[in-house]
Amino acid sequence: MSDDLVIDSAERVKSGADWDFDQLRAAYEKVESVAIGELGLEVYPNQVEVITSEQMLDAYSSIGMPLMYRHWSFGKRFARDEALYRHGLRSLAYEIVINSNPCISYIMEENSMAMQTLVMAHAAFGHNHFFKNNHLFLQWTDAGGILDYMEFAKSYIARCEDMYGEAAVERVLDAAHALMNQGVSRYPRKKTLSLQDEEKRAAERREEEQRTYNDLWRTLPGKPSGGGRLTSVAERHRLLGLPEENILYFLEKKAPLLKPWQREILRIVRHVAQYFYPQKQTRMMNEGCATFVHYRIINRLHDTGFLDDGAMLEFLHSHTSVVFQPDFDDRRYDGMNPYALGFAMMQDIARICTEPTDEDREWFPAIAGNQDPLGTLKEAWANYRDESFIRQFLSPALIRRMRLFNVFDDGESDLLVSRIHNERGYREIRSALADSFDVVKQEPEIEIVDVDLDRDRRLILHHRAHNGIQLDKSDADLVLRRLADLWGYEVRLIEIDAASERELRKYDVAPPNGG
Amino acid sequence: MNIVDRRLNPRGKSLANRQRFIRRARKQILEAVREASARHGIADAGGDRIKISADTLREPVLHHSHRSGERVHVVPGNKEYLEGDRIPRPPSGGGGRGSEGAPDGDSHDAFQFVLNQDEFLDLFLEDLELPDMLRKQLRHADGFTPQRAGFRTTGSAANLNLLRTMRNSLSRRIALKRPRASELIAREEEIAGLDPEGEDGDRRRLLEHELEHQRHRSRRIPFIDPVDVRYNRFENVPRPAASAVMFCLMDVSGSMTAHMKDLAKRFYKLLYLFLSRRYRHVDIVFIRHTHLAREVDEETFFTSTESGGTIVSTAFEEMLRVLNNRYSRDYWNVYAAQASDGDNMPADNPHAVSLLQTLILPACQYFAYLEVGSEDGRHGGPTELWRAYQRMAQAGQPIAMRKVNHRSQIYPVFRQLFARDRATRQEAGA
Repeated sequence: MSDDLVIDSAERVKSGADWDFDQLRAAYEKVESVAIGELGLEVYPNQVEVITSEQMLDAYSSIGMPLMYRHWSFGKRFARDEALYRHGLRSLAYEIVINSNPCISYIMEENSMAMQTLVMAHAAFGHNHFFKNNHLFLQWTDAGGILDYMEFAKSYIARCEDMYGEAAVERVLDAAHALMNQGVSRYPRKKTLSLQDEEKRAAERREEEQRTYNDLWRTLPGKPSGGGRLTSVAERHRLLGLPEENILYFLEKKAPLLKPWQREILRIVRHVAQYFYPQKQTRMMNEGCATFVHYRIINRLHDTGFLDDGAMLEFLHSHTSVVFQPDFDDRRYDGMNPYALGFAMMQDIARICTEPTDEDREWFPAIAGNQDPLGTLKEAWANYRDESFIRQFLSPALIRRMRLFNVFDDGESDLLVSRIHNERGYREIRSALADSFDVVKQEPEIEIVDVDLDRDRRLILHHRAHNGIQLDKSDADLVLRRLADLWGYEVRLIEIDAASERELRKYDVAPPNGG
Repeated sequence: MNIVDRRLNPRGKSLANRQRFIRRARKQILEAVREASARHGIADAGGDRIKISADTLREPVLHHSHRSGERVHVVPGNKEYLEGDRIPRPPSGGGGRGSEGAPDGDSHDAFQFVLNQDEFLDLFLEDLELPDMLRKQLRHADGFTPQRAGFRTTGSAANLNLLRTMRNSLSRRIALKRPRASELIAREEEIAGLDPEGEDGDRRRLLEHELEHQRHRSRRIPFIDPVDVRYNRFENVPRPAASAVMFCLMDVSGSMTAHMKDLAKRFYKLLYLFLSRRYRHVDIVFIRHTHLAREVDEETFFTSTESGGTIVSTAFEEMLRVLNNRYSRDYWNVYAAQASDGDNMPADNPHAVSLLQTLILPACQYFAYLEVGSEDGRHGGPTELWRAYQRMAQAGQPIAMRKVNHRSQIYPVFRQLFARDRATRQEAGA
């Protein structure tokens, strides 16, 4: 019980009460003292911004970014969300948080004081800690630079609209958005050498050649020089950097007909996709982490008397509805609730660390009973993503509690219950659940494999279909047409069954205006 | 940490996106808007939910088809199932079972959203205009445009004309023989080259004296003097605006049934909405007539009830009176819209036609005639008035005429009468 947590009654948070900025500040300080002082979280500096519901809708429509370039699809999203909201079909999120430095959290003015406290604990500390520590975010996103970059992107695209017309820009953006999911690099790229290094390497190579010069080599018969322009497959692949899974990157660098501004737009869309890619991969952990953190903090604030009982009930009401997981036969069921799963797993890890059963000791020898739940969780938050986190930490106890089971679906006959929560089922259920959170497995595996450089410059892509899951045909047709538009020549996509290497389907698309 | 109140930030951040979105789906939205306007009055139409097909707004992405392949779903809340149990396939292929929801592009459902009143009216009144509007003499200025007009000696720093200022400065410096920096340096170098003690001593002293004199001069004559400075001068040029007056002539005589009056009023409401929204400098004159005609205000025109016989020429006389008193033809584009059931006192017809032909039509840019009929569309051939007007139209006079029997025809007819596209309008005249 540290002294600074003794509360004078004037600034206590009461249920249903309106908030003002002084209270907000006081609550923030209390939350901070628990989050930093007791939980030891490491966060970016916080910036809390109070916004109206309309601004929240704005933020929704621009995928949560405070700055976004202009495109009709954001207007569409806004129109849809607004209609749903106005007619009471959907409520808005309490907050939105942005992975930036300083970390910006939006909170809505409609929230009560108890909710604002909850939201600050959740976003400004939970999410913020996750952003600052998870390796995916550290490796792939630049929290310090994102806002500046978006500022640049917005004004660049606005300039393009001025210079080349809105229709031309829209066409490029439409195509780029269609390929956004294929605009992500999953592995770090080889660093290209700077000009200086390149020259240095060339000079060293020349020196080496001179040193080892032997006139005898000249007498060896050389390769027959002929074959005209036909480039060898290996040469071509090396030149074009194939195979390449990042389609937008490939187009930006290699598409023959694009203008520089079009390449820059592709690059912008690609950067946005890359920025959001870690969030896609860690949604469950991120929400779990934030929920776990706010749960800890709010309970602690209640213990110290900062939150009165009414406010605590208000908190519990919204907390339980956030972490509610409807059963599969419930009308409300809509897949796994990432909040519920994340929070349950993290509570479970804390339990394993402090009060392990024999089963836990057998399954998690490394962490069971180590009496350091926070340390263990921080380690997990930093080094895992959804898929690996489930594969590592989903315990049999939790599988039993949630009564998870596997259903096998072959698309035709009745569904088969393949595994249930018993000794035989744990590992398979865990693995299947991990797969379902694996972005790489959930998204189609598509690669650019070749370009027919010598003849018609046709771009050739492969989709490796696992378990016979093919692409949605009507959408694929539309996307490929846009791809062909960017590439400027024909595009062929071949779907190949991963197991048998059999060709399943072939798409051939010509560019809309014949190149 | 920082708490920022963003609530007062400018609203409508996503307005540009919304405009792009509306433009994208424009054709469909237009259809939906017109359909909505047929369902209920235009005054309260905005704020309505608009439903359009989601196809135009499709954002396709490459994604897995839900209908192919084998997959394993992990689901919570098992109650009685044991390993190996079979569950009958729920209808419509899984019903959202599993973790993948339908991505954006997959649904072919209708897309619903709300148009606000302004957007609604803009789309509703799109492509309409008063035909043949001329820029007559300036009466209203639509504001001012600043135009470059020479230079001035005072002004704000932003308007400084550097080129002109420097040119003035240069000529002044030449005229006043201000030594150049290069001359001073050359002289200094020359002095440094001479030995102070030797035979050049005198020359050196002379040069030093001159240098001192030149330095003094260059200090006295400034490089840039306030008299050199020039600023760009701007003149505010008024932007011309075309002004127009619209005469609304409505027959409210006894022969007009309640239904016909309703049609006529709807037409004028539409006209009023269109004019007041689209043109800033349009006067509207309301004239209602029975066997007497009277200029009335908007309120009376649309609401009050009155009855009597029909003499159309009275309305024309009233219109001419107002026209001659208040609206000089030099300044105003004149338009008129007449609504009537086509009944007139037979004796008045020749007078009315000749008034129209000799005085009114020559003054008008455009004359629209709307004949309202009974709901069942039963009428014994063209009326006297209609026939007379038709002859004029065929003679190439600027008159357009349409018949309306039902509420739902009002808007299409209105569009035809005021279409921006001349071909559509001509159709109405024929």
